[in-house]
Amino acid sequence: MPNEIAMEPRLARSGADVVIRIEGITKRYVMGATTVHALKGIDLLIRRNEYLAVMGPSGSGKSTLMNMLGCLDTPTSGRYEFNGQDVANMEDDELAAIRNREIGFVFQTFNLLPRSTSLQNVELPLVYAGVPASERRHRAAEALFRVGLMDRLHHKPNELSGGQRQRVAIARALVNRPSIILADEPTGNLDSQTGREIMTLFENLHEGGNTIIVVTHEEAIARHARRVVRLRDGKIESDHATAHL
Amino acid sequence: MLLVETIVMAWRSLGANKLRSALTVAGIMIGIFSVISVMTTIAALQASIETGLTYLGSNIFQLSKYPLNFSVVGDSRFKNRRNISYADYLRFSRLMGTEAGLICPKVWDNGQQAVFGGRKTNPNLELCGTNEGFTTANDFQIEDGRSLSKEDVEFSRAVCVVGQQVFQRLFPQGGAVGQTIRINERKYEVAGVFASKGGAFGSNDDNTVAIPITRFFQDFGSKNRTIYLAVEARNQLVYERTKGLAIGALRRVRGLRPEDPNDFEIYSNDSLAAAFRSIAGIIRIGAFVISTVALIAAGVGIMNIMLVSVTERTREIGIRKALGARQREIRRQFLLEALFLSLFGAFSGIVLGVAAGNVLAAWLQAQMVFPWGWSLAGILVCSAIGIGFGFYPAQKAASLDPIEALRYE
Ligand SMILES: Nc1ncnc2c1ncn2[C@@H]1O[C@H](COP(=O)(O)OP(=O)(O)OP(=O)(O)O)[C@@H](O)[C@H]1O
Ligand SMILES: [Mg+2]
Repeated sequence: MPNEIAMEPRLARSGADVVIRIEGITKRYVMGATTVHALKGIDLLIRRNEYLAVMGPSGSGKSTLMNMLGCLDTPTSGRYEFNGQDVANMEDDELAAIRNREIGFVFQTFNLLPRSTSLQNVELPLVYAGVPASERRHRAAEALFRVGLMDRLHHKPNELSGGQRQRVAIARALVNRPSIILADEPTGNLDSQTGREIMTLFENLHEGGNTIIVVTHEEAIARHARRVVRLRDGKIESDHATAHL
Repeated sequence: MLLVETIVMAWRSLGANKLRSALTVAGIMIGIFSVISVMTTIAALQASIETGLTYLGSNIFQLSKYPLNFSVVGDSRFKNRRNISYADYLRFSRLMGTEAGLICPKVWDNGQQAVFGGRKTNPNLELCGTNEGFTTANDFQIEDGRSLSKEDVEFSRAVCVVGQQVFQRLFPQGGAVGQTIRINERKYEVAGVFASKGGAFGSNDDNTVAIPITRFFQDFGSKNRTIYLAVEARNQLVYERTKGLAIGALRRVRGLRPEDPNDFEIYSNDSLAAAFRSIAGIIRIGAFVISTVALIAAGVGIMNIMLVSVTERTREIGIRKALGARQREIRRQFLLEALFLSLFGAFSGIVLGVAAGNVLAAWLQAQMVFPWGWSLAGILVCSAIGIGFGFYPAQKAASLDPIEALRYE
């Protein structure tokens, strides 16, 4: 692909292993007379195969930042480079391709299609990736197996428990084998046993070379990560390596 | 993404709102139904006419006060004309001399009932007072017995020749010739039976009973009756000349001055077909205009439903975009939904329209037809309507911002 050839020198300059580079990112929401500063200038460099936890109090801007990293939202100001490419210059469809192939996003609110079964929900990224039907079903079922939902393939979201929905959302994020996993509170609805299983799954993905960014409130979850970024009031309060278990 | 996936998705989301989809489909269906049923009926009638269900025999034209029955009966323009009387007919015959092969006067009384023994026909006979030329003039064949003769007319004999349906009604065992039937309490001896001819324009030639015109005037009176004059040219070569002479003769009989227009109509099988064609043309244009209006209204309905659907499914669109759907994939999904709605309408409208048109055609005793051209046109027009009116909603869905769409409640 010509794109990759064009990217080559830049990658070399910024270091081939940097996947995410953000500089001075802000996000403002104007709501009538009041303006909410959700992010107030964030700088962050994330390398390939990092395992990062984002922590911070409710409303500190974690989800806003994740949406930005996941190429869903655009910053009010600042620069975002994904794999060395300036996201601001990308077309809608190029961003769609990145979301489809590079990023697996686990939403805080799951965002499952209500009228589709678990299997159909998990198949969706593969549909847009152009994977043929039989392979799609096979891979979707496999992903659901990995999150322990082999017996809930044909259930719709409203026939599943909160934790099961969360696991469908995780399976959907993994199914297209993305290199980066962005998970916004992926264990928020899970009991500690299932939560641990999911964290083991992430651990395995990390060992397999994936980059993982997890938003969490729980120190126990954050301890799985190699690096913790703490947000407060839309700013980075601290950013350091953890004493990994 | 494969087309099959998009089709399945579009199908599923239409199925999720069955009533709403069905109502939208009904709009398109009505538009297509109206045009297809009318076009089917007309095509069926036309096919019947042009394959020779003829009212008149060949080389025959007819002169009369009124134009043909299926156009403008009751129009005062025709009603106020003088009737063509028996005396007019006699003078006309004299003036024509030996030019015409035959001249057949016809005077009608429709709605009489024939009785034989305990049996009756329906009170819808087409009773005709006429002469020996009737069989040829109206393109009948004799199945049994004989035609009316010169002498029957000369001596006003109480004889009749009956149509096939009358025959079957009154004489299920056969043997009609020589029997005496009663019409309006008067007796007529059956001289002959016409072979079946079938019908056209909703009238039925097999319901005809022919009696001598002289007898007709005695039994049914001559007041307020007008004669239809059928004239046969001796051959195709002299047809136009004979027609010209006949027009001149009738103008003299009616005492018209050179500057007066004809106060009578002239028509033949050809002009019958032509008259039918021009009426068919007007009906077609009418049906076309009505359908166009109906289809545009239905198209607006599709657009409305699609806009509602896009708003309702904003979150779904957001999810799809978040998972990597490109603009064209979202657009195609919604366009296909609009296209499905309109094509369902088109197909059901065609099926119902062809059925209704053929039922009507069968009732008018015309042939069954399938209007391929109009059906194809209907499908194409509906596709265009689906895509045309579906485009704006589909584009709106495709260009939604993913994060805004995901936040939509
Ligand atoms: N669409 C929006 N319009 C206006 N304000 C918004 C919008 N989205 C987020 N905010 C505001 O931005 C701030 C950060 O929100 P965000 O969702 O990033 O918080 P969070 O750190 O994820 O919190 P939590 O832990 O509760 O999920 C909040 O104060 C929120 O009210
Ligand atoms: Mg959040």
